[in-house]
Amino acid sequence: MKKFLAMLTLLALPVLTFAEDKLDSGDTAWMMMSTALVLLMTPAGLALFYTGMTRSKNALNTFTMVMGAFVLAFVVWILAGYSIAFGTAESAGVQTFIGGFGNVFLDGIKWTDLSGSYPTYVFVAFQGTFAAITIAIASGSVIGRMKFSTWMVVVALWGLVVYAPITHMVWGGDGALLFDAGALDFAGGTVVHMNGGLAGLVLAILVGKRAGYNKVAMKPFSIILTAVGAALLWFGWYGFNAGSAFGANAIAGVALLTTTIATAVAGMTWMIIEWFIYKKPTLLGVASGIVAGLVAITPAAGFVGVGGAFIIGIGGSVIGFFGVVVLKKMFKYDDSLDAFGIHFLAGLWGALMTGVLALNDQDLLWDGPLKESGDRMGQFMVQVESVLVVGAWTLVGTVIVYFVASALTGGGRVDDESEEIGLDESIHGERGMNL
Amino acid sequence: MKKIEAIIKPFKLEDVKEALVEAGIEGMTISEVKGYGRQQGHSELYRGAEYVVEFIPKVKIEIVVSSQEFADTAVNAIKEAAHTGKIGDGKIFVSDISSVVRVRTGETDEEAL
Repeated sequence: MKKFLAMLTLLALPVLTFAEDKLDSGDTAWMMMSTALVLLMTPAGLALFYTGMTRSKNALNTFTMVMGAFVLAFVVWILAGYSIAFGTAESAGVQTFIGGFGNVFLDGIKWTDLSGSYPTYVFVAFQGTFAAITIAIASGSVIGRMKFSTWMVVVALWGLVVYAPITHMVWGGDGALLFDAGALDFAGGTVVHMNGGLAGLVLAILVGKRAGYNKVAMKPFSIILTAVGAALLWFGWYGFNAGSAFGANAIAGVALLTTTIATAVAGMTWMIIEWFIYKKPTLLGVASGIVAGLVAITPAAGFVGVGGAFIIGIGGSVIGFFGVVVLKKMFKYDDSLDAFGIHFLAGLWGALMTGVLALNDQDLLWDGPLKESGDRMGQFMVQVESVLVVGAWTLVGTVIVYFVASALTGGGRVDDESEEIGLDESIHGERGMNL
Repeated sequence: MKKIEAIIKPFKLEDVKEALVEAGIEGMTISEVKGYGRQQGHSELYRGAEYVVEFIPKVKIEIVVSSQEFADTAVNAIKEAAHTGKIGDGKIFVSDISSVVRVRTGETDEEAL
């Protein structure tokens, strides 16, 4: 089968390259717009989503953790992240895991180069916004007690050691581990959300709980900000998911619709669960459901149909709610803003369900067992493999990154007094709101 | 001279004020306070994490009147206007006042009221 496919690819390749090596202004316009949309998700969407949930004494620090992570991670992406993720290593053994260092500082990429039907430069920037949001997601687990200096070192190292290799393995093209296995991850369920969410949990455990966790009331600064953040995330997510079709085309249309359906259904689901269990529908609940739905549909966006989007949306909220309300209490970790509970678990659900619910449609599917032979069980096992590989790499990589960062900055945690005063004042010398 | 302190539900303040004005009480001091009695607190729920808010907002009205008669009138006015019949309607305290001074004129006691 593989041989047959290789022949098929060889036959098809010259035609494809010829056809795709022409710049399409519609595709280019959409990809530039998508880049701007994904960018909005981090320093506006995620930053507000998180800030609203933190205590007021740490609100400004939370925003800075997200925005600081974004700017630094993007710079690191240009320096070497892109090369490690999307470069092509000469040795096959290296290519399995990383793309090498041939494109460090974008060396070797000309402004006239095309990635399909739009400029490679646009692809670099588009993917850079993904790299930057992924580590920013993890910040939600450690707000209120991690040193900002440690966080900045974590961000820089993590982008190279964890994010870029995982991106390469999943999306890095021929020779990359999970790409060759045929893993389906449309826009980053494993690469971005599982990855960022699990990194958050690992950091939360390593840096320890906030002082007074589960003893004192830790009331959110403003749920309104969180809700606005969720709305901006949703808006930007059209670039994230529909942009991951890499063109202004019908597949982007599929992703746009499934993203909207799953998200709306997930928002409703979370609201209903809370209403049923706690007798009150909460705004934080609706906002959480929206984000859980967005995360869950991400790996599946361009692969599933309307029914699939419904199932993924409902399940995303159910499993997210379970993570946040049940798992967190059971294992007593302080995943402060639930990066793990929502991003990892809903991402995991989405990644696995992509294997189950992907339409058997040759024009939508990527190469993999399902496309080649209609082997759904085989596809599901590939999804399981991708989840395990990404999980293991993130786990080990994040532990290493944290210990190095902690050693370089003299401990990863602020002192007790700074934590008590609040990180806004003790780290930044600013306040989130002067009333 | 008597001082009346009434702790009431904040949304009843306008009704109580009108009732006191109708009863001939010309001045009052109010403050926003927090506390709890039989009503206890309420709880807030964020992603399943429950926080009990023990102290709930109330309004405290303070009035000083010249006689027991006026005090009774005021107490009745407040009692009727602030009443909802539910737990948490509040309490009224009456106490003696030994002296009063009007700052502007230097008048004392009943004349100062």
